[in-house]
Amino acid sequence: MTTAGRDTGLRDAARELGEGVLGPNADDVDATGRFPKESVDAFRQVGLLRALISVEEGGLGATLDELSDVLIELGRWCASSAMILALHSIQVACLVRHGETQALAAFRGRVAAQNLLLASAAAEAEVRGDVRSSVCAVRADGDSFSLHKLVPVISYGSYADAVFATARRTPDSAPSDQVLVICEKDEFALTQTSDWDALGFRGTCSPGFVLDARGPLDHVFPTSFGDLSSQTMLPVTHILWASLWLGMAKEADARSRRFAQQAARRSPGSLPPSALRLSEMALGVQQLDDLLLGARARFATADTDPDFGASIAYATSMNSLKVAASDLLQEIVHKAFLICGMAGYANQSPFSLGRILRDAVGAQLMINNDRINVNNAELLLVQRGR
Amino acid sequence: MAEMEDEIRKVLADQARLPVDVGSIDVDADLYTLGLTSHASVNVMLGLEDAFDVEFPDALLRKDTFRSIAVIAEALRNLVDPASV
Repeated sequence: MTTAGRDTGLRDAARELGEGVLGPNADDVDATGRFPKESVDAFRQVGLLRALISVEEGGLGATLDELSDVLIELGRWCASSAMILALHSIQVACLVRHGETQALAAFRGRVAAQNLLLASAAAEAEVRGDVRSSVCAVRADGDSFSLHKLVPVISYGSYADAVFATARRTPDSAPSDQVLVICEKDEFALTQTSDWDALGFRGTCSPGFVLDARGPLDHVFPTSFGDLSSQTMLPVTHILWASLWLGMAKEADARSRRFAQQAARRSPGSLPPSALRLSEMALGVQQLDDLLLGARARFATADTDPDFGASIAYATSMNSLKVAASDLLQEIVHKAFLICGMAGYANQSPFSLGRILRDAVGAQLMINNDRINVNNAELLLVQRGR
Repeated sequence: MAEMEDEIRKVLADQARLPVDVGSIDVDADLYTLGLTSHASVNVMLGLEDAFDVEFPDALLRKDTFRSIAVIAEALRNLVDPASV
């Protein structure tokens, strides 16, 4: 039911990638915390890095819904690889929806032609978590800019062809007057400042860096980051993250079902106690799926109705998606443990849930749910509730 | 008109936490560019409601409503006396 009416072409390709490339390498990527190069190579080959760019500009012309479906599938196999594609695609979405200048269109063409991998440097060490505030600033010098930024996390920064960084518009601008600027690999230096040895999402390779970049001034997005964030970056982020989390939940669900079915076959005629939990699992997965579908529909509505897109109701709904989806994922994975028991607890078992659990914890922390709840509480203070 | 503007500036001075002198802000200047955060704009809105004894309807609860002193004044004029539109 959840797939009714959805285009299956790209999703089938994603399933093949999952089975053939992501799945077989996922445990090694997780165990060694290495960059899943083979996954990203495969994304390049299938065209997934340019999925959201129009066909005229050399991309696949995929919709956000289609990409969301791809991430649901990939999330089942290797959450780190899926997260890399999600983070990359968030930058592409900004480039597609806000890159109306000639220079940004030209860069978009190069992303498509050369399958460039884009990373994000949105956070800043001195600001601690609030991406809507910057200390660093774009410094203009003639036609070029320079930027010096301490970034606590750049996922796959060492492997990216370009980094999209936030900064104050000028050295005289207020902390909230931010822009997004494209920093290209041959024009930036990244000095690693910390290690990435985390509980989950280990393959995203996300240490801290000092970013020193130069580039042409027209690589600064014309739209203010505040608008770019509320119209594109924030909703697309939460939709794509929730997509791969749904994939993880579905995998936990599938392992649980196989386990309960095995138990049922061993005791014909009687319902194994774990089977009842399956029904609870199905409920959770359906809730998560419906949350995502609702958010996708809202995003599409906001696209055609700017008033709705600018409303507080829309902003709170996208924040709520992130909190609810990551909380639900936790609940679902914990239920899976109750069903699979020691077989899920064991690391070397077909029902092992360890990696999914560790990755799932990260879902609540990346943009901490408590921070989002505080933001939403503030917004709800002014909402009228009619 | 000038009274309303003064009152808006008073609310901004109390609530907007801008790094500039509110008295010297041009009525058409973009408050977000001047440092108004979305957090602070919530307090500005509540402050305006208190000061003018109005309630912003859902349709006006958006970033653009608080973009400049002139835009805020326009919204308030419509709320205080809808017949004046």
